[in-house]
Amino acid sequence: MSAEPLVRVENLNVHFQMPRPHLLAPRPVLHAVDGVSFEIARGRVLGLVGESGCGKTTSGLALLRLVAATGGRVLFDGTDILALDAEAMRGMRRHMQVIFQDPYSSLNPRQTAGDIVRAPLDTQGVGSAAERAARVDELFALVGLRSNQKALYPHQFSGGQRQRICIARALALTPDFIVCDEPVSALDVAIQAQILNLLCKLQDELNLTYLFISHDLAVVQHICDEIAVMYLGSIVEKADNAALFENPRHPYTRALLSAVPSRRTPASATRIRLEGDIPNPIERPDGCRFHTRCPHAQARCRTEAPALTEDRPGHWVACHFSNELDAAADD
Amino acid sequence: MSEAQEPTVPPVRFDDPADVPEVRWRVTAAMFYGNKAAVLGIAVLAAILLVGLFGPLLLQADPFAIVGAPLTAPGELRPLGTDYLGRDVLAGMIHGTRPTLIVALSATAFTVVIGLSVGAVAGFYGGRIDNLLMRITEFFQVLPPLVFAMVIVAIMGAHFMTVIIAIGVTTWTNLARLTRAEFLKIKEREFVLADRAIGVRDSRLILRVLLPNALPPLIIAVTLQTGLTIIYEAALSFLGLTDPDIMTWGKMIGLSRDFFFDAWWSVTFPGLAILLTTLCIALIGDGLNDAFNPRLRGR
Ligand SMILES: Nc1ncnc2c1ncn2[C@@H]1O[C@H](COP(=O)(O)OP(=O)(O)O)[C@@H](O)[C@H]1O
Ligand code: SF4
Ligand SMILES: [Mg+2]
Repeated sequence: MSAEPLVRVENLNVHFQMPRPHLLAPRPVLHAVDGVSFEIARGRVLGLVGESGCGKTTSGLALLRLVAATGGRVLFDGTDILALDAEAMRGMRRHMQVIFQDPYSSLNPRQTAGDIVRAPLDTQGVGSAAERAARVDELFALVGLRSNQKALYPHQFSGGQRQRICIARALALTPDFIVCDEPVSALDVAIQAQILNLLCKLQDELNLTYLFISHDLAVVQHICDEIAVMYLGSIVEKADNAALFENPRHPYTRALLSAVPSRRTPASATRIRLEGDIPNPIERPDGCRFHTRCPHAQARCRTEAPALTEDRPGHWVACHFSNELDAAADD
Repeated sequence: MSEAQEPTVPPVRFDDPADVPEVRWRVTAAMFYGNKAAVLGIAVLAAILLVGLFGPLLLQADPFAIVGAPLTAPGELRPLGTDYLGRDVLAGMIHGTRPTLIVALSATAFTVVIGLSVGAVAGFYGGRIDNLLMRITEFFQVLPPLVFAMVIVAIMGAHFMTVIIAIGVTTWTNLARLTRAEFLKIKEREFVLADRAIGVRDSRLILRVLLPNALPPLIIAVTLQTGLTIIYEAALSFLGLTDPDIMTWGKMIGLSRDFFFDAWWSVTFPGLAILLTTLCIALIGDGLNDAFNPRLRGR
C-alpha cells in the first residue's frame, strides 16, 4: 500500500475566466476546482462526493486533461501528465478513460454501437482489423450486450444499454484507471443497481482503479474504498469508507450524511438542515468557504481558511474546530 | 426535414454483422430513393443539366441576336416570345442554363468552403482564434454585399470568374456564423469529450465528428445559398457588372424587368427556371439530410 499511487493529484486548480460584466470591469474568475489533492492506489476506488456544482466533474475532466487545469500536477504512474506534449498525451490516453453521467449525450448519434466501441482501437491503432473486430465482440459480451446489436444506433438502445456501450468503449484499450462521473445518476432506479454491479465486477476482475464521482452517498458507500467530500471547489474531508460513514468530522459531511435517512448515526440522530444555498462560486465566502451555512461557525471561520490536515491517521479534515466538535459528538 | 413524416424504408435487416458497412450504405441509398420528392428533384435537375450541356448544340443560336420584332408573345414568332429588343427568349433560356449553373454552383462551393472552414475553426477552437475570425466575419458582414461585389468587379474587370469570386467572398458570412453556432453547441456534448479521451485528433474531430452532426441546418442553408447566388448574379447583371458576352437567366431578368407589364414572358420564364432549379436543390438537400439521419431508419 505504501508503493507509489497510480494517480496522484497535487494542488489541482481549474479557474475559469468569465466574461466581463461590462467593458472596464476585470474578468471575474470562477474557482471551479481550487487546490484539490488526493492519491489513488492501484486497484482502489476513491469516491468524490458533494452537491451539484461543487466541481466534481471539472476535477475529473482536468485530471484527464479534458479541461485545461490552471495549476497543479497530476502524476499518473509517476508521470506528470499535465506537462506532456500533445502526442505523448495521446499515447497516455490508453491508460485512462472516462464514463460520463448522461448516456444520451455521450454517444455520437451518427455512429453505430460497434463503431463506437471500436473507435478507441482504431484511434490508437491497436491490432489488426480482425483483432479489433474480435475485441469488440469480446467487449460486448463483457458488458452484457449481444454482438448482433453492433449495427444499431444509440437511439435504438435504452439508457442502461447505452451506459453499457459507454463502459465497453472505456474498457476497449484495457485502461488502468477510469473516471466514473455519476455513471448511474441519469438512469432509472431499477437499472442503477445493474450498472453499479457491472462496474464493481469489472473493477474487481480487471483490477481497475476508479475515481468514482457521485452525489449519492448510498452509491458511494457501496462501491468506494475511500471517500473525499468536496465543497465549493475544495476537498473538506477525506477518509476511508468506514471512517467517513461512522465518524464524519466535518460539519458539511455530517449534514450530508444526516440527509440520508438510513445513515443517521446515533451521534447525529436528527437531520441537520443546512441554512441557505450554495454560495456563488464566483464570489466565494472568505475564510472557511462553508461558514455561511455552517451551524458551528465562529468569528475565526469568517477570516481564516482552515487547511486540510491529517489529524488522525488516514482521516483528513478542513475545519478549525473538528476536534472540539468530535468531543461534543462523543458525549 | 420534419421527423413526423418518416419516409417508408424498405426492410433491411440490421442483424447480420458480416456486411455492416455495405448494409449501411444500402440503407442510406434506400432511404434516399424512397423519398419521392428527392428523386423528383434529382430527375428535374438532371434534365436541367442536360439542357445546359446539350441544349446549345441542338438549338444553335446567338442569344444576343435580334431575331424579329420586339415584345412578341410566345408562339407568335418564337416558342417563348421575344424580349424588348426582339431577342429570342428560348435561345436565352437554353444558352443561359450552363453559365447560370456554373456561376451558382461555383460561387456556392466557394461560399461553402470559406464559410464552413471559418465557422468550424472559430467554433471548435474558441478563444482568441474565434475572436479574430468573428471580427473578420463582422467586417465582411457590415459591407453591403452588392457594393463590395461591385468594387471587386470594378477592380478585377467583369470576367466570368470575378463574378464567382465577388459573390463567394461576400456571401460566406452567414454560413460561417451558422457553422460556428452549431460547433459551439455540439462541442459541449459529451461524445466529443469521449472522443478526446480516446485520443481522437482535432482534424478528425472537426471533420468526422462535429461536421456530420452540424449538417442538417447547414444543408438547408447551402440550398438556400444556391438560390441566392443566382439572384446575386442577376443583380450584378442588372448593374452591368458581369461579362457582357455571356447570357444567364439572371441577366435576362435584370435586362427585361422594366418590361414585365408589356412582355411578362421575358421575365417569367427565366424566373421560373431559377425557381425550379432552387427547388430541386432544396429537395435533394432535404433527401440527403434524411437519408443520413440514423434516427429516421427502421428499427
Ligand atoms: N467550461 C466552463 N466554463 C465556466 N464555468 C464552468 C465550466 N464548467 C464548469 N463550470 C462551473 O464550475 C463549477 C463546477 O462545475 P462541475 O464541475 O460541473 O460541478 P459538479 O460536477 O460537482 O456538479 C460550476 O459552478 C460550473 O458552473
Ligand atoms: S471552520 Fe468553522 S465554518 Fe468551517 S466548517 Fe469548521 S466550524 Fe464550520
Ligand atoms: Mg457533474
